[in-house]
Amino acid sequence: MFAAASSITLPSIHYLAILPVMILVGASLLLIFLTALSRRKISQGVATSITSAASLAVVVVTYFQWRNLDSSGASTTIAHAIVLDGFSVVATATVAISLLMATLVAHDWAVRERVVGAEYQVLALAASAGAVLMTQANDLVVVFLGLEILSLGLYVLVAFDRHRSTSGEAALKYFLLGGFASAIFIYGAALVYGATGSTNLTTISYFLGSNVLLHPGLLYAGGALLIVGFGFKVAAVPFHLWSPDVYEGAPTPVTGFMASIVKVGAFAAFVRVVISALGTQSETWRPILWVLVALTAVLGASVGLVQTNAKRILAYSSINHAGFILLGIWAGSVRGVSSTLFYVITYAPTVVASFAIVTLVGGDGDENHSINAYRGLARRQPWLGASLTVLLLSQLGAPLTTGFYAKYSVLAAAIDVGGTPLSLIALLSAAIAAVFYLRWSTSLYADDHADVARVEVPRATGLVIGAGVAMTLLFGIWPGPLATLCQHATLLFTP
Amino acid sequence: MHSSLWLSALLVVPLLGSIGALLARRRAGLSYAVAVVSASIEMALGVVIFFLYNSHVKGAQTFDFATRHVLAAPFGLAYDVALDGISLFMVELTAIVVLLALLGGRDKRREPSFVAWLLILTSLTMGSFVAHDLLEFFVFFELTLVPCYFIITGWGGKEANKAALKFFIYTFSASAFLLIGILYLGFAHQHQTQGSLTFAYGVLASTAMSHSTAIWLFTGFAIAFGVKAPIWPLHTWSPLTYAEAPTAGSIELSALLAKLGSYGLLRFAVGLFPLALADVRPVMLTLAVIGILWGSILACTAKDLKRFVAYSSLAQMGFITLGVVSGSKIATVGAVLLMFNHGVLTIGFFLIIGFLERRRGSYEIVDLQGLQRPAPVLAGVFTIVMLGSIGLPGLSGFVSEYLILIGTFAVHAWWGVVGATGVLAAAVYLLWAYQRVFQGRAVGANATIPDATAKERGVLVPVVVLVVALGVFPHPVLERISPSVQQLIEHVAPAGLHK
Repeated sequence: MFAAASSITLPSIHYLAILPVMILVGASLLLIFLTALSRRKISQGVATSITSAASLAVVVVTYFQWRNLDSSGASTTIAHAIVLDGFSVVATATVAISLLMATLVAHDWAVRERVVGAEYQVLALAASAGAVLMTQANDLVVVFLGLEILSLGLYVLVAFDRHRSTSGEAALKYFLLGGFASAIFIYGAALVYGATGSTNLTTISYFLGSNVLLHPGLLYAGGALLIVGFGFKVAAVPFHLWSPDVYEGAPTPVTGFMASIVKVGAFAAFVRVVISALGTQSETWRPILWVLVALTAVLGASVGLVQTNAKRILAYSSINHAGFILLGIWAGSVRGVSSTLFYVITYAPTVVASFAIVTLVGGDGDENHSINAYRGLARRQPWLGASLTVLLLSQLGAPLTTGFYAKYSVLAAAIDVGGTPLSLIALLSAAIAAVFYLRWSTSLYADDHADVARVEVPRATGLVIGAGVAMTLLFGIWPGPLATLCQHATLLFTP
Repeated sequence: MHSSLWLSALLVVPLLGSIGALLARRRAGLSYAVAVVSASIEMALGVVIFFLYNSHVKGAQTFDFATRHVLAAPFGLAYDVALDGISLFMVELTAIVVLLALLGGRDKRREPSFVAWLLILTSLTMGSFVAHDLLEFFVFFELTLVPCYFIITGWGGKEANKAALKFFIYTFSASAFLLIGILYLGFAHQHQTQGSLTFAYGVLASTAMSHSTAIWLFTGFAIAFGVKAPIWPLHTWSPLTYAEAPTAGSIELSALLAKLGSYGLLRFAVGLFPLALADVRPVMLTLAVIGILWGSILACTAKDLKRFVAYSSLAQMGFITLGVVSGSKIATVGAVLLMFNHGVLTIGFFLIIGFLERRRGSYEIVDLQGLQRPAPVLAGVFTIVMLGSIGLPGLSGFVSEYLILIGTFAVHAWWGVVGATGVLAAAVYLLWAYQRVFQGRAVGANATIPDATAKERGVLVPVVVLVVALGVFPHPVLERISPSVQQLIEHVAPAGLHK
């Protein structure tokens, strides 16, 4: 028995690298145990405190990870399946901050909707652990693992609101299409394994760099399926059809949570797979991404024009943003990677804060999401209205907000490698999208509807909105530190 | 070289003013007072800079007050300001516009936010004019849309939302071409030098590029600036927007922001892509001439005074474009002068239209008649502004139009000839409008309108003084503009004619 055990050599584990995942999963388990052991239902306050503490702890850990990187450089661990590099550290911190913000929003929502128990926080922590795992994955299997942990948590979270049938409907739709996408992804991973003999991203890259495939059909098919799988997750056109319905149906704080961490996790893994592993094949996947970028940016913006539901508008807006982020990946250069990172880390807080406001306006039962509900909001509550205006302008890409520099950095990356026509298409799509952002922000300042009841702003949600707006403006006026951070993070990117 | 703090002050004073105005919102009228004070300080700064400006700083071409600080190296973003004879007058115009717009276009609905937006707009416009870095210019240029948008939607007429959206989308889409062009140029330069990414104007001007690249980039820049100016056929947003904007907004848009277009065209499109100019010049000259004629025709058919000024501005912007792309030094000096003069004249027009609207509740031409008798002062000032606009010798418009036409005629005679008919057309539409509004018999409400109050007269005085002074004695202005234009034309000259 002992002989059998000793014949399995455990790979060495660098615990600092996996500490964020352990903290998030640990907090999730802790909440489960508390629920099981305590006689009464756990109060929202306790659940929220534990979740917030866990996400803050992750932020602290990323700081030490960053210092560790500075001294000893990027490394891989657990048989090269997990990577600790600048890119993963910054993305992990972003996931943690998004989780923190989304949790605070969900707390007030749960109190308002009289949700009992800690299930929401348990699932959110687990999903975040999946997202973090995706940012650190250096193996297709680990990417898949992260993807599934992230998705399984979200399927349940989307269905969380039992009072509205749309919530269940959205969850079913998300589950079916998401499951389908996961299957496609794992099939793609299998084909890539067949073609290259490994699922490890570094090994794949090394193999493709040192061998010429005489029959690359298997690899191409595998790579294409991986892109389709990611396309589903990031809601790139034509794989976006689930996203508006799910965004609309899910409880609003879940939508905000989903919009931020799924983007971070999925795009981080996307970058790793296509640029680290399949970097040598960029001649084949770049034309595909070219089409995806153009379709995603233009269709997201154009279909968004006819929407009258705030959540659907934000869904199409996020599709348009996905087009821009893909543009950074399309560039495929160092600048492209750092711009993708810059985009997701600035977009995440903006979108969480936007959905925080939508949650508040949604009111009891989370039903009031018509764009008309926002008429005159800024007249009744100037601060709330101004905050939403700033967040919308940031998503529009107005200068002095992070949204401008996010767009600017991906456009710069694309133009650097000769993507001028594609950049122009993307930027013109932003001009189309500007219509619905502006219509929305104009209606905030409408003179009529001044007698509608005020929107209650609980303290935690107010804090999140304030923080989101502050980040948007601060790094919009002074993007230097964040840009430098992303540049450093990418220089420490393990290929 | 003078300290760049003067230029920073130009940016900061209105911003502080807008914060002050918002802080003072509780007491009625106090925020207006704060705004007027900060606009006056801005004007005083403008005057000081006018006299300080030195066009012979060693090694800085004709730029003065220059400084450069890199803000975000990975993005190539920098705070880089400098002032030359061309931007000097745009800065002066900005200071004049905001002060007169505040004094003459007071809007008491939600006054604190109104004046705050106006002051923010002023700061951003100043930023665009003193920016010496393409990316920085773009940031300011693009940002001016936001205050404009909110001024039009918040204080405009019935169709203000539609107008503002149209304005925003037109300009935003067009500036996409500008941003892509700027990035392309920046990376082209970086790839050539293998240095760090920079968008500094002086550095990028030396980028080597192929002929076709230059033409593409020029076209992209020209689209962005052509919408803003507006240049025919990109002008279709302007009549609705000018008409729906509040008086102060119309003044800002047509007197000032339009100049961002023509200034950008001169400084960035012509200044950076001289290679392209030789090829696109016939096209640009033709568009300019069409703009002059088309604007004149439309101005005759306009049914209300704001649209009337919008169309006449199209014609005037045609003259400016003619001078800017002509490649002739004389015509370019004239164009810069006309940018300033047209700004002042437009302030005059919109102020009077605003005063009439306040009295009659309408600016439709059919509603107004025979105002000469009840309001002789308004009619008189309108006459002076109108004659200045027609180009009567002795008034400001004459000097600039004369320089443009004579310069253009020397190098591109036929366009000069056709353009000159625009002067005639201007006389037709302006005099006809005057006849319809101010002459004839005043009946009903028109017969009893009060003449300009002492305050309104006070606001109109600077306009009249500038129109007359620049017509009689343009020397102080010309001597400041000429060296910078000389510099620019010499840079452009190898590719074009030089007279």
